[in-house]
Amino acid sequence: MIDMTPSLALVVVIGVLVASGVYLLLERSLSRVLLGVLMLGNGVNLLFMVASGRAGKAPIIGSAEPSEMSDPLPQAMVLTAIVIALGMVGFVMSMAYRSWQLNGHDEVQDDLEDRRVARKAAANAPAYEDADSADSGETLDEDAAATRDETIHDDEEHTVPAAPSDTAARPGTPEGGDA
Amino acid sequence: MTSALVPLPVMLPLFGAGLALALWKHSRAQRLITVAVLALMLAVGVGLVVAADSGPVVVDVGGWAAPVGIVLVADRLSALMVTVSSLVLLCVFLYSLGQGIADGDDEAPVAIYHPTYLVLAAGVSNAFLTGDLFNLYVGFEILLAASYVLLTLGGTGSRIRAGTIYVVVSLVSSALFLVALAMIYAATGTVNLAQLAERLPEIDGTTRLVLEILLMLAFGIKAAIFPLSAWLPDSYPTAPAPVTAVFAGLLTKVGIYAIIRTQTLLFPDDRLDDVLLVAALLTMLVGILGAVAQDDIKRLLSFTLVSHIGYMVLGIALSSQTGLTATVFYVVHHITVQTTLFLVVGLMERIGGTTSLARLGGLAKIAPLLAILFFVPAMNLAGIPPLSGFLGKVGLLQGAVQLGTPLGYLLVGGGLVTSLLTLYAIVKAWNKAFWQTPPQEIRPQRLPSGMVGATLALVVFGLSLTVAAGPLFDYAGRAAETLRARTPYTAAVLGPDGRGEGTSNDVVPDGGTVLPDVPDDGTPSPTPAESSTEVTG
Repeated sequence: MIDMTPSLALVVVIGVLVASGVYLLLERSLSRVLLGVLMLGNGVNLLFMVASGRAGKAPIIGSAEPSEMSDPLPQAMVLTAIVIALGMVGFVMSMAYRSWQLNGHDEVQDDLEDRRVARKAAANAPAYEDADSADSGETLDEDAAATRDETIHDDEEHTVPAAPSDTAARPGTPEGGDA
Repeated sequence: MTSALVPLPVMLPLFGAGLALALWKHSRAQRLITVAVLALMLAVGVGLVVAADSGPVVVDVGGWAAPVGIVLVADRLSALMVTVSSLVLLCVFLYSLGQGIADGDDEAPVAIYHPTYLVLAAGVSNAFLTGDLFNLYVGFEILLAASYVLLTLGGTGSRIRAGTIYVVVSLVSSALFLVALAMIYAATGTVNLAQLAERLPEIDGTTRLVLEILLMLAFGIKAAIFPLSAWLPDSYPTAPAPVTAVFAGLLTKVGIYAIIRTQTLLFPDDRLDDVLLVAALLTMLVGILGAVAQDDIKRLLSFTLVSHIGYMVLGIALSSQTGLTATVFYVVHHITVQTTLFLVVGLMERIGGTTSLARLGGLAKIAPLLAILFFVPAMNLAGIPPLSGFLGKVGLLQGAVQLGTPLGYLLVGGGLVTSLLTLYAIVKAWNKAFWQTPPQEIRPQRLPSGMVGATLALVVFGLSLTVAAGPLFDYAGRAAETLRARTPYTAAVLGPDGRGEGTSNDVVPDGGTVLPDVPDDGTPSPTPAESSTEVTG
């Protein structure tokens, strides 16, 4: 029977790596997300070391007794995972760079169409008080401008960005939910 | 003899990709290679469908015997999936040739499109054919890496935005899959699917449940099952039309395939079924309600895609012969129909210059053929009686009724409501895009015959699924039988003595004990060093 008790140091390191990885993944900046992916990935790779059981000698036939060898297969798997992670990290870095080239920052932006649909729904539902918008006193447009909305670059909506007056919006479409 | 066919759907596109990359200066040669490889894949797929009907075809890669080496297994389900996906890949590629995406007029880097597309094909086939959980991970990564490149082709602002979300979500799901793999290896000492099928029942029940949940989470993200589906409608619509079409058709279905495989082979004790049923119901309803609200037709279709994933999950969660048969049939139907619809939307965008339903209009008058091309798969998706979508849904609902529990009847209701709302969403799109007076003048463009031809081919194939529904349902039934019996799969992979047909036992030096002769001697369960899989680096 193989001793499968994991080393405490490994377990703690895995926990720290995964926790910080998840924290960083939740950030909006792509470079932080990238760091998060790296830490998470390394934590998972260490998990494979736990999965391989106790440490042993190099698993080469003739160099050690088979009973003293460590299990080579998780190491081969980790190697594969590392190689794949290298490629992925390279891709994410190039995406972050491209995003910086295009926008001057590498923050992940909100989905435009989502906001359009939400805005339309808000425009269609002026019949009841919306507690959220009534309290803040802000229009959806202001919210959108504050949350990195690309819509303002769209050709049809030049007028909206920071203008606080609702009347400046497009004719015919009642803008904002706080009518 | 037939076993020589099994590695071809993976090898051919990989070799083709290398060749196409080497010939990056000669776009005509690239096109020729890609079309030839995809056509060959289709032929091989058909051969496999025939061969697998008389039992799973197994190849021990590199001559390494089964539990140690990687195996590729083509049972009925795998062979069917490979064939349908090759057909879809071929048609979509012909469509993109017609569009001239490879000619650079869509901001696409010419040289990279063909090789990446072939790598995607290789990844999809590998995921379908592999008999090894770690190799499944590798297959996923191959297709994901290719899909990242395809999704961000040209690197425009909106594609980078959509690509970021897609890539990060995929990376998280891959990390989850890796965690599951590490834990499965720690618990059982193997990642070979057939051997896992034998060993998993022997380990502690709670541990097994954790492993099952981890795998379901990883695959659930890939298949876009409800709480894990938000990334899909956000990222797919921005890609070029053929890329969206192939993603919508194939990538989520790879996730569904992985769920079918693990649920039937590894975890046949059905403990997650109720959870999956609820997830299926929510996926259907939330997805279709999202679709109803959309104005952009590409997003509308992405939401229906999410919603109809719910039907497949329903069939899997029923874990009955009827349910599984209908699922296999429905997967084939849905791959075809969803891809076709996205291709048609590409044509609509080309004519109308936009995918916003508010701005499209009058297309039925401008392009009557296009109207037919949209109408037939749209009705098929909604499940209008004679078509294959109806047949698949009837099978699934039958299975849900057979279940007999209140949850089963709830799902019957949910399925019917979803089907109705699909009809509503799709008819709304039809009315706006094809019948309403154009809100702005549309200057009709001539549609390239290559694009129309490829779309027409897929529409006709979708219809032929209706005509050939009888034989296909029978085949799906036999596939489901094999899946549920499990022993045909494990016996074909491991053989009578617990080893595949490879020659690796010869490598052991005289009387060495490095590799045990038979894996199940006495207490086989948690002995990691015993045997497992060779890994491609």
